[in-house]
Amino acid sequence: MHGLINRSVQNYVTDTFGHDVWGQVTGSADLGFTDFEAMMTYEDDVTTRVIDALSLVTSRPRHDLLEDIGTYLVSTPKLEGVRRLLRFGGVTFEEFLLSLDDLPDRARLAVSDLDLPELEMDERASGCFELLCRSAVSGFGYVFVGMLRVIADDYGALVLLDHETGNDGVEKVFITLVDKDFAQGRQFDLGARVG
Amino acid sequence: MNNVQLNAMMDVLCPMHVLLEKDGTISHAGPTVQKICPPDRLVGSSFFDLFAVKRPKGIRNIEALRRRAGSKLHISLRDDPDSDLKAVLVPYDIDNGKVVINLSFGISILDGVRTYALSNADFAATDLAIEMLYLIEAKSAAMDASRQLNLRLQGAKIAAEEQAFTDTLTGLKNRRALDHVLTRLVSTQASFAVMQIDLDFFKAVNDTFGHAAGDHVLQAVAQIMVEETRNADTVARVGGDEFTLILPNVGSEQMLLSIGDRLIERLENPIKFQGNPCNISASIGTVWIQEGHMLDAKDILADADMALYQSKNAGRSRQTLFQKTDIVAPSIWAD
Repeated sequence: MHGLINRSVQNYVTDTFGHDVWGQVTGSADLGFTDFEAMMTYEDDVTTRVIDALSLVTSRPRHDLLEDIGTYLVSTPKLEGVRRLLRFGGVTFEEFLLSLDDLPDRARLAVSDLDLPELEMDERASGCFELLCRSAVSGFGYVFVGMLRVIADDYGALVLLDHETGNDGVEKVFITLVDKDFAQGRQFDLGARVG
Repeated sequence: MNNVQLNAMMDVLCPMHVLLEKDGTISHAGPTVQKICPPDRLVGSSFFDLFAVKRPKGIRNIEALRRRAGSKLHISLRDDPDSDLKAVLVPYDIDNGKVVINLSFGISILDGVRTYALSNADFAATDLAIEMLYLIEAKSAAMDASRQLNLRLQGAKIAAEEQAFTDTLTGLKNRRALDHVLTRLVSTQASFAVMQIDLDFFKAVNDTFGHAAGDHVLQAVAQIMVEETRNADTVARVGGDEFTLILPNVGSEQMLLSIGDRLIERLENPIKFQGNPCNISASIGTVWIQEGHMLDAKDILADADMALYQSKNAGRSRQTLFQKTDIVAPSIWAD
């Protein structure tokens, strides 16, 4: 996976558990280095090894950690840019959900070698969405669960989220939009300067 | 279609448009224009009271403007002369001389959005403005990450080069660095001196007190050489107990010889290691190259080696200055 993703995982671990834990994780994952470069690409199994090692070192289940990573990605002030880029997807939460189909293409526009997991968004019934996620890193769908929870909050929408892994390894995230105007939501200033 | 329907349609399709009467009076303004102009002064005002046509030049009234129908115009706001909007005029009611002018921020979209605090809703759903803003932000973030990587790589490169030119035990330059300096001086045909220095009795220190003592002595020797030379001089360790000094801008033979004397004198002071005095000395062979010479680096080092050999043969602990004439005589200044 791309260095931007791996580096984000590294930032999540050091910010949440500290540098010592990150040291143990890189050792246990047998990386041979301690810092990911954001603008380089790495083999997919490197990311898998890091997640497995993190689960081992912290004694927390993988899906728990992956969901946490998703939450971290869009809520840490350090990565304000990620939240903003996602918010460009739509004016309302529903519009945003439907824009997820284009997310991998949008990401490639910015960084041409950034390959995100393949995403497919379906509106099953009014207010019921299903996000299909095909990733080389199993459990990556949980990252979207964590992300969607924060972004829904950002839009002021109340949602229920569910995750399921099919036999073929394709993950599904079920999104039920309970109330699209549940809360005020956060302002999105189009022209904000992001440090 | 009546006026109300027309206005409603235009507000959705082109939220940044104005409708003008035959005399150039604004009869309707789209919702986004109302954000960038004082809304109370819009309808009823003359277009030219609020906007100026920057290009093409010389358009100051509605008749001139009408003649430019269909082609691209550059327009600024009277209240903000630096602003740069793109615009196009189209007649929509030819009998009555009514026209529509549609505006856009063009490349200044980011400034526009910031100045007037615009949101997604201020642009038509089909307008690429939001995608443009997305790209600006995404590309800036990516460039920033790349720049940081470049800075780190630059730092690593400098560190690696620094290491590759340095003798890790003494911190002096190594043979690679020496070759580098020598090649440069030879190519400019400058005047400089090369001093080959071999430590005397160093093997005895190693044999008697061990390698740790030897390493300590080499570090002390390096320290002395650095202290006894100028910043512009190059001090290199080129072998186990072999050193080479390159001294540019040498004023006189006397100056060279006094450097050699000082070095030998200081190196002969016993160097303490774990309480034991380590006694060494040095043999030196020096060659002084005059400006405009036609020598190559190999010859220069060979000449310095020959002078060094003479010092050793003559009983060590002394220096010899290489003479161009046939036989090299050991100098009598040392000892």
